[in-house]
Amino acid sequence: MSDHQDSFYQVIRRQGVSRRSFLKFCSLTAASMGLSPVVASHMAHALETKPRIPVIWLHGLECTCCSESFIRSAHPLVKDVVLSMISLDYDDTIMAAAGHQAEEILLEARTKYKGQYILAVEGNAPLGNDGMFCFPGGIPFVEKLKLMAADAQAVIAWGSCASNGCIQAAKPNPTGAVSIDKVISGKPLIKVPGCPPIAEVMTGVLSYILTFDRLPELDAQRRPLMFYSQRIHDKCYRRPHFDAGQYVEQWDDEGARKGYCLYKMGCKGPTTYNACSTVRWNDGVSFPIQSGHGCIGCSEEGFWDHGSFYARLTDIKQFGIERNADQIGMAAAAGVGAVVVAHGVATVATQRSRKRAQSEQDQKHGGTTKS
Amino acid sequence: MTTLTPNGFPLDNSGRRIVVDPVTRIEGHLRLEVNIDDGNVIRNAVSTGTMWRGIELILKDRDPRDAWAFVQRICGVCTGPHALTSVRAVEDGLGIKIPENANIIRNMMMLALQVHDHLVHFYHLHALDWVDVVSALKADPKATSSLAQSISAWPLSSPGYFRDVQMRLKKFVESGQLGPFKNAYWGHSAYRLPPEANLMAVAHYLEALDFQKEIVKIHTVFGGKNPHPNWLVGGVPCAINLDGAGAVGAVNMERLNLVSSIIDRSVEFCEQVYLPDLLAIASFYKDTLYGGGLSSKSILSYGDIPERANDYSASSLQLPRGAIINGNLAEVHEVDLRDPEQIQEFVIHSWYKYPDESKGLHPWEGVTEANFVMGPNYKGSKTKVESLDESAKYSYLKAPRWKGHAMEVGPLARWVIGYAQNKPEFKEPVEATLKALDVPVAALFSTLGRTAARGLECKWAADKLKYYFDKLIANLKSGDLATASTDKWDPSTWPAATRGVGFAEAPRGALGHWVNIQSGRIANYQCIVPTTWNGSPRDAQGNIGAFEAALLDTKLADPAQPLEILRTIHSFDPCLACSTHVISPDGATTTVTVS
Repeated sequence: MSDHQDSFYQVIRRQGVSRRSFLKFCSLTAASMGLSPVVASHMAHALETKPRIPVIWLHGLECTCCSESFIRSAHPLVKDVVLSMISLDYDDTIMAAAGHQAEEILLEARTKYKGQYILAVEGNAPLGNDGMFCFPGGIPFVEKLKLMAADAQAVIAWGSCASNGCIQAAKPNPTGAVSIDKVISGKPLIKVPGCPPIAEVMTGVLSYILTFDRLPELDAQRRPLMFYSQRIHDKCYRRPHFDAGQYVEQWDDEGARKGYCLYKMGCKGPTTYNACSTVRWNDGVSFPIQSGHGCIGCSEEGFWDHGSFYARLTDIKQFGIERNADQIGMAAAAGVGAVVVAHGVATVATQRSRKRAQSEQDQKHGGTTKS
Repeated sequence: MTTLTPNGFPLDNSGRRIVVDPVTRIEGHLRLEVNIDDGNVIRNAVSTGTMWRGIELILKDRDPRDAWAFVQRICGVCTGPHALTSVRAVEDGLGIKIPENANIIRNMMMLALQVHDHLVHFYHLHALDWVDVVSALKADPKATSSLAQSISAWPLSSPGYFRDVQMRLKKFVESGQLGPFKNAYWGHSAYRLPPEANLMAVAHYLEALDFQKEIVKIHTVFGGKNPHPNWLVGGVPCAINLDGAGAVGAVNMERLNLVSSIIDRSVEFCEQVYLPDLLAIASFYKDTLYGGGLSSKSILSYGDIPERANDYSASSLQLPRGAIINGNLAEVHEVDLRDPEQIQEFVIHSWYKYPDESKGLHPWEGVTEANFVMGPNYKGSKTKVESLDESAKYSYLKAPRWKGHAMEVGPLARWVIGYAQNKPEFKEPVEATLKALDVPVAALFSTLGRTAARGLECKWAADKLKYYFDKLIANLKSGDLATASTDKWDPSTWPAATRGVGFAEAPRGALGHWVNIQSGRIANYQCIVPTTWNGSPRDAQGNIGAFEAALLDTKLADPAQPLEILRTIHSFDPCLACSTHVISPDGATTTVTVS
């Protein structure tokens, strides 16, 4: 194996993909992220000129739903992501190597790709029992996480476990599980919450980072605005029934069969920031509300402890979409700004401070949401 | 020194110790340690779950109608079985009956999961144990095409197609970044496929990766998303509206057509890709069978896919129910999940504490208190494990036993039980497969047999999907549109105290949930999951579990690259997040010490 690295474009051209198909891929990917066609040409340029970026994907306490969601991506296809966009050097769920041969890859990444690789984390770290409630490779997961974060250029927190703690951290949190930003510091970090996140949101975030050499605009909780700035309720196709006071009163009643609003059945769409009602799930086939069940709020911090999934929300505004994610129950995120430089470009520091200033200014003016 | 376990396996831990940690291409975190003798034959095996999440403790005092969503997060790979088992347990406890349509749709959700899970396991988690990806570079695309066309009518089989796949693989390798294929055992002498079969399998690895995302759309239609679709105590959340006002907001003809088309494509993929690949690969490995372990002795299935709503008796269950012990296929025992003497869990070798660890406890009476202690022969430090001491506690898995027997669960167990019960839909495909490979029945009880049973079951599940789709249409034609019963939705209708049990056959095997409800809240909740059965540590009597038994007597061609260990363990399709979350019903606090 040589040290030579081809760009994404070089790889797929040699794999027989035409330039026309390549550009189509770029425009579809841009469209999936809600970006303008102009962006597609930036994306094409970026992918034409860069080597595949190494990604180290670690698993802590989790259920692997994030990985399962990731492989459902329809655009881009996950085979194209893995073969052509990134170099998925470590992911214990799918990698061929095992045991010490697998762990050697981690060591190699830290030396060969120091400061270059993206650390993607699924699941979280239990701090109880000296971290030994999760010890893959014989050491506490939290140690492995810290070690791999130290030499990463940026960290992606996949899903609600890594972002917010999710089910392990639900009361009484028997293992002392914490979101990964509680144990990682000094690194650009992006949270992609959801249990799991939508597949195309995951691949969209990754494509964005590879294309633009930076993290997308984030809110104060470090979630990408492009997918998490609007409530499910804001864009729900059943919203007119909410406004008209037409509700499902009990399961399988006339209202349920007519697709009325699920608010009275406990739907958490009014307080949940996610792209389910716009991007939808599994190549746009449906989303929970469309298939008759209320949103359970799985991308919101602490959603397991906000009462029954069937208890009606009592504190939402009946109309209007004026509130944004930054104003709903969040603590100001400290630390690193919304920027990452994907290939160790030296401008990281200046960009970071610029973005932080921008972020502070946005907050002063009532948030960064574009709704 | 060799000792014989009560379930008949000689153990000798005097030889060289080999550790595989992490075991990759599984769900969750698993560690294996084996001792090999001078001939590199495994003489002792130690299976260790290295994670614990405590989800049942988190369930305490929650609304039982919410429980499905919590337990579904036990596993995002077999996404659904835990949720279904949970709603069944709650319905059992509260005496809730579900409509016929709800039963059919639930069956379709489960069957879609079986198809998806088995397919992804075979191609993406297990295939690389049999298929040498690098060898595919040496294949002749024309000969690969001939091979593919000789075994299947699948249209993607031209020389040009395989040349393109090979070219893509070649360029990928030449890029210098091998990604997930890095540091594997390529070139290992235990790989036996010719380059052409390897290339065909690599092509199908990629095709299956594309196709798997289609199968789950059945979950998306009925459950709104996948992974982690939505379920409902009392039925299913999706309403049906065929032609009334607002039909577009419910399950309607367009939705049904989508489901139907996915089913047809799933049947086709199983028939024309999965099964032919399975037979082709098996034909090169059938002479070196190992890894049978408990499968020829003690196997267990709870059964699943009830033909009639609310009828969970063995006669209603389309996946067979029963237990076989001591290898006596002539007698299939009844299984009762409520009987305190049948299913019990032991913790003498688990990182939990019982008042009396010589005894097992039924899940309705179970206690779990974490107790992370190491035995005297343990090597390493408190937070750096070098090797474990299996004479003491050594896993976060408990040891479940059926009437004292360690049991293997999973597709092979289900199919052998169906075979032993002379059910034609299980017996005939098994016999046809044995005949096609020209191997005796005994060949079933092996690593390869486990893998083959999973393939047969995938096809069975795809066919059953079609059957239940047709049944749904017939029921709708009769005018029955009901999908949920709500007469006991309100907690004020519930008894002050009750308990229930739910079960399912998850892709990996028998799954049971036991719930205790008091004053409208969960007082305790216990799960015993398939990988807890298969990956269990030893019990008070010293019986070893299915993983450990299956590894014994296997010769490693190269101990530095223990491909045979991965092959056998992967044949069980382990799920460690599932198996290692057990916690006490009474919510005892955890105590953790390292001696």
